[in-house]
Amino acid sequence: MIKNRDTRFTILLLIPVLLVLVAYVLYPSIRTLLESLKQDGSFTISNYHEFFSQESRTNLQALWNSVYISLLSVLLSALIGIPLAFIFNRYDFPGRSFFSTAAIMPIVLPSLVGVMAFMFLYGESGLVPNAIKDLFGLEKVPFKIGGISGILIVHAYTMYVYFYMTVSSAINKIDPSLEEAAYNLGANRFKVFWKVTFPLLTPAIVAASLLVFMISMASFSAPFLLAGGFRVLSLQIYFSKINGDMEIAATQSVILSVVSISFLLFMRWYQNRKDYRMASKGIGAHRSEVSNPVLKWLLVCVGVIGVIILLLPHFTILLLSLVPDGTWTWQTYPTVFNTENYRLLFEDPNIFKPLRNSLVMSVIATAGNLVFGVLASYVLVKRRFVGKNFVDILVMIPWALPATVIGMNLVFAFNEPSVFSFGQILVGTFWILPLAYFVRHIPLVVRSTNAVLEQLDDSIEEASRSLGAKWFYTFRRVLLPIIMPGVLSGTLLAFVESVGEFPTSVLLYTISNRPISIEIMNQLRMFNMGQAAAYGMIQIGLIALVLFISNKFFGVKAERSLS
Amino acid sequence: MASITIDNVQKAFGKVIAVDQLNLDIKDGEFFTFLGPSGCGKTTTLRMIAGFYYPTKGVVRFNEKDMTRVPPEKRNTGMVFQNYALFPHMTVFENVAFGLKVRKVSSTEIKARVENILSKVRLDQYADRQVSQLSGGQQQRVALARALVIEPEILLLDEPLSNLDAKLRDEMREEILRLKNEFGITTIYVTHDQAEALSMSDRIAVFNFGVCHQVGTPLEIYNEPANDFVARFIGEINLLPVTIKKTDDRHIYAEVSFGPEKKELLVHNDPFNHKPGHDGPLSISIRPEAIKILLKPEEGANILSGKIEEVQFFGSHLYMEINIGGQLLKANVLNNVRTTTLEEGDDIYVQLPENLLRIIPNVSGDAS
Repeated sequence: MIKNRDTRFTILLLIPVLLVLVAYVLYPSIRTLLESLKQDGSFTISNYHEFFSQESRTNLQALWNSVYISLLSVLLSALIGIPLAFIFNRYDFPGRSFFSTAAIMPIVLPSLVGVMAFMFLYGESGLVPNAIKDLFGLEKVPFKIGGISGILIVHAYTMYVYFYMTVSSAINKIDPSLEEAAYNLGANRFKVFWKVTFPLLTPAIVAASLLVFMISMASFSAPFLLAGGFRVLSLQIYFSKINGDMEIAATQSVILSVVSISFLLFMRWYQNRKDYRMASKGIGAHRSEVSNPVLKWLLVCVGVIGVIILLLPHFTILLLSLVPDGTWTWQTYPTVFNTENYRLLFEDPNIFKPLRNSLVMSVIATAGNLVFGVLASYVLVKRRFVGKNFVDILVMIPWALPATVIGMNLVFAFNEPSVFSFGQILVGTFWILPLAYFVRHIPLVVRSTNAVLEQLDDSIEEASRSLGAKWFYTFRRVLLPIIMPGVLSGTLLAFVESVGEFPTSVLLYTISNRPISIEIMNQLRMFNMGQAAAYGMIQIGLIALVLFISNKFFGVKAERSLS
Repeated sequence: MASITIDNVQKAFGKVIAVDQLNLDIKDGEFFTFLGPSGCGKTTTLRMIAGFYYPTKGVVRFNEKDMTRVPPEKRNTGMVFQNYALFPHMTVFENVAFGLKVRKVSSTEIKARVENILSKVRLDQYADRQVSQLSGGQQQRVALARALVIEPEILLLDEPLSNLDAKLRDEMREEILRLKNEFGITTIYVTHDQAEALSMSDRIAVFNFGVCHQVGTPLEIYNEPANDFVARFIGEINLLPVTIKKTDDRHIYAEVSFGPEKKELLVHNDPFNHKPGHDGPLSISIRPEAIKILLKPEEGANILSGKIEEVQFFGSHLYMEINIGGQLLKANVLNNVRTTTLEEGDDIYVQLPENLLRIIPNVSGDAS
């Protein structure tokens, strides 16, 4: 019997949280690890031996390709994101706030849909190369994307946003008086930038680099559609699974996980090492008006061109979604436009079904995320217990693990009956996908809830208790109403991400519960671009709606929770 | 209303002992202040009374009833937090009504009681405002109203004025005193501000490093500090190391070092001036306002010559630092025509009245 009533209660809350984390995060990871140590039924490390041996060049090559692509993605994204962050946060010119909003638009594009848009825009039969060909009367298309260049361009397009957002927020947190102090002490612009501003930004830049590196290592959609013969590790896992080489797939998963988790640990260590939090409060905006007219309009032009490039993919998807099936075959450009695809989407039950599947499964997964997220976050933020760090790490694992690995973990854990699945085999059933979506988005919801709970002073809860309210009443009537906006915005984001989720879907779907992303892939295979694009537009619309609701009604910058 | 007994309480957080061997008897209806620097254990003690912490050892009683392990919601205490802890999603009315709703009071009665208390704290115009629209002082009054409306047996105030600016602080001090007189609730007030403590309290407990050094009325605490910590924490004081040479019926003969020089001072042999029984280092103390300034030497005991090092003019009084053999003494002199002519560098004489010198234990281990 534990003496302290509070401790007892903490344990009571902790039990379900731990149970879920152990059953659906830890246990599946361990199953994958065990599988990778098996060969012909006996324990051995020979799978790893083979992975790193010279004979199986493909695996090592894929690992190297993944690292190499990720490093280049970091470099490209940084080169776009950091200057943009500076221009938009330090200078004022006409249209600045519009451009800075447009700069986060790539986030509104689900990864699979984004890749699809890039294929139509810049691929072999893409609209842009063909338009240039026709315009200048060239023999062949002047350029096309595919393979490494394709993957890199898509990565740079989607991932520069992480640099842009983290660096922007770091810039806005710099107290202007620090730079003024440096000027006052006699430093010139160049000195101030390199000796004061830049060092203050390094934590943000390093954090963004690590983040982009991890996301890029895990990237699946871009290589899946664009790689051609080019192999990366996340894709290799998928191929091994399709070929039935489960032990190889497990080994590849473990190796990819080790790379990702070491980056996560490195990131945590780095963030804890240096604390550049500003001591001063009440930091005002610090933008200088661009007075030189040539420079001013040059910036505006660059901004306009940038926005066009940024929004071209969205526009392309919209355009394609209006092209009915069978009207764009041999022509260079589509000629017929109408809303046929949308009509079919809502009238033909066969075409509607994937959308319904995605929505139903995402609602189930997200409801789970909401309940679990609030409970886990409350315990982590407001309660004290031994081993909090361990629970914290368990929560973060699904964030560090590439989606492909999470999919494989669930395959290994639930392709046979277990206590955690109530003695059922989940693989091949309806339930495996909602479970995968749930696991994928645990960190997102817990973290966004943590953010609001940390803001909430403990004395609020104590005030309610001292006024005579029991814990549950306090939780229901005081805590929940206060944190709900933050929690909901995180949860809604998890919902739209679930609707668009591709990597785990492709590993775990069944024909009867195939989600939107799988159907997009099928439609692309049948060259039915219009229908694929219509599905894409639905997703874009959902994401835009969620961001709008979060900003408007909850006053939360939901896109921040993505990084 | 209730009396509170704290019986030999200790509170440890891991290896750190926040409060140790604490014994307090707080009377029914008393305004009792916990005073001390930050981290001294005063808030920890308050939170043990509120029920947010349970003591590691010892017993907390309300009206002789053991409350040591009763959860906070069953104690019927009203607490005002340092940051007010108003519920941000509720209006002023809803905030104040919260405790009554929890107690399942009928809605008509809630309305009447909330309106009544809001008018008492002069916020009846603001019932429908969101709390974020209120100023600091108004938020403070909502917090007070919320704590008072449940008619608590004990009112707990945790540094309630520390977030207010000076003018509001004075206003709220009046307000709290007014409410205290009107309701007569046993009130515990935590503060690090000695002026607040002296002006408001019936009794004060002075804390440092988890230990209660002295309990007494403001007058006792100021005039008869139990040791050098209390003396130094409350008001200004001169403290010098001292050894007792001999005692007779009327006097204590004390040897005090002024810089390199040792001087013998006479101190009344009276319990006010010295309580025997402490065998550690001792200090001799005198308040700056007790020192008598003489322009020329006079007959009498404890007269020393010195030089004025610094003079600051405060309107009602002059503050000066007087160098006596290398040792600086602080002295306050009421402003009148005769003394305002004193200037830095003047040679003067001081008398340390033998009935106002006190010899007290030195617990800080600090020589000066």
